[in-house]
Amino acid sequence: MKALMKDPLSLIVIGVAGQGNVVTSYLICNALVREGYLVTFGQSYPPQQRGGSVINYIRVSTEIQTSPIIPEGRADVIVAMEPVEAMRMLNQYGNPDVITMVNPRPIQAIDTTGLGVEYPSLDKIMEDIRGLSARTWVVNATEEAQKLGNAIMANVVLVGALVGSGVLPLDRKSMEPVIAERFPKAVELNMSAFDRGVELVKQ
Amino acid sequence: MPDIDIDAPGTTLLLMGNEAIARGALEAGVGFVSSYPGTPSSEILPALAGVAKRRGLYAEWAINEMLAMMNAAAASMAGVRSMATMKQNGTNVALDFIATQIARGQRGGGGLVLVNCDDPGQRNSPNEQDTRHVAKMLGIPMLEPGDFQEAKDMTKWLYDLSEELDCLVMLRAVAKIAHTSGNVTLGELSKREHKAHFPLDAPIMAPGSPMMPHARVLQKVEMAKEKFESSLFNRYIGPDKPELLIIACGASWLHAMEAVRILQLQDRVGALKLGTIWPLPEKLIEEYLGKSDQVLFMEEVDPFVEGNVMEFAASLGPVGPRPVFYGKRSGHVPAFGELNPDAAIRAVAKVMDITYQPRPADYSKRVQAASEKEVILRSGTLCAGCPHRASYWAIHKALKLDGRDGFATADNGCMGAGAGAGGFYVAKIAGAMGSGAGLADGLGKLGQFGFDQPVIGGLGDSTFYHAGIPALLSAVWNRSNFTLIIYDNSATAMTGFQPHPGTGMTAMGEPGKAVSIEDICCSFGIRVEICDPFELDKTTDTVLDVLRDEANGPRVVIMRHECELQRARREKPPYKVYVDPDKCLGENCGCDRLCTRIFRCPGIRWNEETGKAEIDEITCSGCGLCVDICPQGAITKEALVPEAKELEEEIVGR
Repeated sequence: MKALMKDPLSLIVIGVAGQGNVVTSYLICNALVREGYLVTFGQSYPPQQRGGSVINYIRVSTEIQTSPIIPEGRADVIVAMEPVEAMRMLNQYGNPDVITMVNPRPIQAIDTTGLGVEYPSLDKIMEDIRGLSARTWVVNATEEAQKLGNAIMANVVLVGALVGSGVLPLDRKSMEPVIAERFPKAVELNMSAFDRGVELVKQ
Repeated sequence: MPDIDIDAPGTTLLLMGNEAIARGALEAGVGFVSSYPGTPSSEILPALAGVAKRRGLYAEWAINEMLAMMNAAAASMAGVRSMATMKQNGTNVALDFIATQIARGQRGGGGLVLVNCDDPGQRNSPNEQDTRHVAKMLGIPMLEPGDFQEAKDMTKWLYDLSEELDCLVMLRAVAKIAHTSGNVTLGELSKREHKAHFPLDAPIMAPGSPMMPHARVLQKVEMAKEKFESSLFNRYIGPDKPELLIIACGASWLHAMEAVRILQLQDRVGALKLGTIWPLPEKLIEEYLGKSDQVLFMEEVDPFVEGNVMEFAASLGPVGPRPVFYGKRSGHVPAFGELNPDAAIRAVAKVMDITYQPRPADYSKRVQAASEKEVILRSGTLCAGCPHRASYWAIHKALKLDGRDGFATADNGCMGAGAGAGGFYVAKIAGAMGSGAGLADGLGKLGQFGFDQPVIGGLGDSTFYHAGIPALLSAVWNRSNFTLIIYDNSATAMTGFQPHPGTGMTAMGEPGKAVSIEDICCSFGIRVEICDPFELDKTTDTVLDVLRDEANGPRVVIMRHECELQRARREKPPYKVYVDPDKCLGENCGCDRLCTRIFRCPGIRWNEETGKAEIDEITCSGCGLCVDICPQGAITKEALVPEAKELEEEIVGR
């Protein structure tokens, strides 16, 4: 078992309900357990199927089973499928050492389409995210997934980006069986989404 | 979901607490499982149903939790190890039967385990409730897992306990264990063979039997207490004489341990994890109370262990240990809502008089300043393409046209969103399973007191089978004046698309006998209308007509359209939908941005730069409903799949 960047290592994977971030977390957590790490994967989600933010807390350790929730101000990595959600998580869990990975594709809320709230400027959010993180990766996951044929694969592109960035002790070899098990009918397609994610952070 | 029956003892898997419970049942040799879906318990039954055929089990969705409990108890009395699983509201539904079952036992049959998942913070529930009180109230031995491994191991052990005591036993798991995943190392699968036979010579526990049932219960609780005193599910981590003793259970134990680590108090603070929740292991507790002058309780939802330990400590009299108690009563731990590591850190830091700052103050200041401007609210709503949005739109319009201050009731499940912006605020009251019909039934009998508002009762399809039928039957009998709308999306959607009697498919994926909602309603001899809510105008007219029907009793409208998420799992979207920028007049239209400001499907957004509506192709489900909303005809749909195309040609041809 390789040593972790930090032990325990605390990651948040956040998205808007329907974006599929639970699958991102599920794939990563499964690969980590197979490699022998102790993992907890907690979720916080809205009761309705759509509209709210879905927070996934992933905690990895070589020796302890941690709380399934990350304490405030103590995330090591924040992976956000949506820019406003990245800022929401920084506010609660960010700190000067946090690494962020952001898919910059905005998803409106019913509050911004109809209840008088304005969606903030994307440039300003991205600038602030960078200013509040030790390192920021911008990964156009939705755009790349659309090029591969289906926007929903943005979640697997992000798995690739996260593994490619080296923040986790995982590689292609550790991800392939997990992806194959989760998508038995679309292994190649999802592996190409994964590979695209890896390439995006290597560029 | 992984197959939980892999035969590989010693292997470690990532399992959700619910899957770990299912695995524990397999290792114990469970033969019969019955359940009704409810988050956070919903994954246990499917995990077992998925392997049922090859493991020789029987696993079913019952129409409600009372039946799930009765079914499991019946199988156990015929010698088969059995399980019923449900959320806290379900345990309430089953409570009447549980109360008699615990008093009578299984007549020496197979072990009987009730798994109850509580939902602290009521993220997915109509209430926040601590079901541990049921164990105390009725005298049911209860365990509570503090991690995922224990969820499996406890479930397995509970079968031995249930058979040894010959009584129903319970597992209580909170959401952050049941619906959270972690490492679980597998044990041996059971090779038990299931043979059902109802023994006629077993002792009868019925009125007039030699032993009072209540006396029997008290005896079993005493026996359980003796076993719990030495249980390995209770354990202590910390110094011999801690300055502070934490007593914790469930996920709160993981939070408490995290707090001790973060505050670096491992040498000064100890934690006693209790896994045996009822009856409490009093000798063990007495021993630990003597180790510290200060005790802090960490538990979800109510101060259950806290109150019972304090009561026990008081019973020890002046010679017993007298620590200072902290917890929910003292205000050190929040009295409601889900707990987390921060709640534990704050409580421990306060007792130990430590200041804790998780990040530099200037960082907090900067991130808060940015967030104030940039973190928007995201209110929950119905999915893009959800048929309930169409139904609520039609009801909203019909109630306005009717003009008599009519309103709707809602029930549990997705259609509960009828009380919010996503349902145009048509629903004014919601409550328990079936109350969408029962409350309307009550309101519909107030005519003699001058009540003249039209009432629309509302239920989902699964809820109709669960608890709606008795309410409707009572309303027919007593001639209650209301309209019952049954939102039939052909799924128990919110809890994860479980089948129900209307779908005709069983939990094990076999064809059952389908029972249609309209057949049941028609058999009551009342007016029943069936609408596809996507035919908006027709549906609005029907609702209005039924509202104004002078029938002396309830009427039913079935809104039938499949759940969009369920449809999308099978097929591609039917339409490509887009806004024609030449036709959309934006703010100049006079529609007051009907599509985004009022209809508010998440698939439509407002482009501030162009001042016109547009479709978000990522969020849009392609249902095409909004085409009929736009008064300007600016929203256009293009058929994508052959079936939709044919249908459109047929309509155009007409």
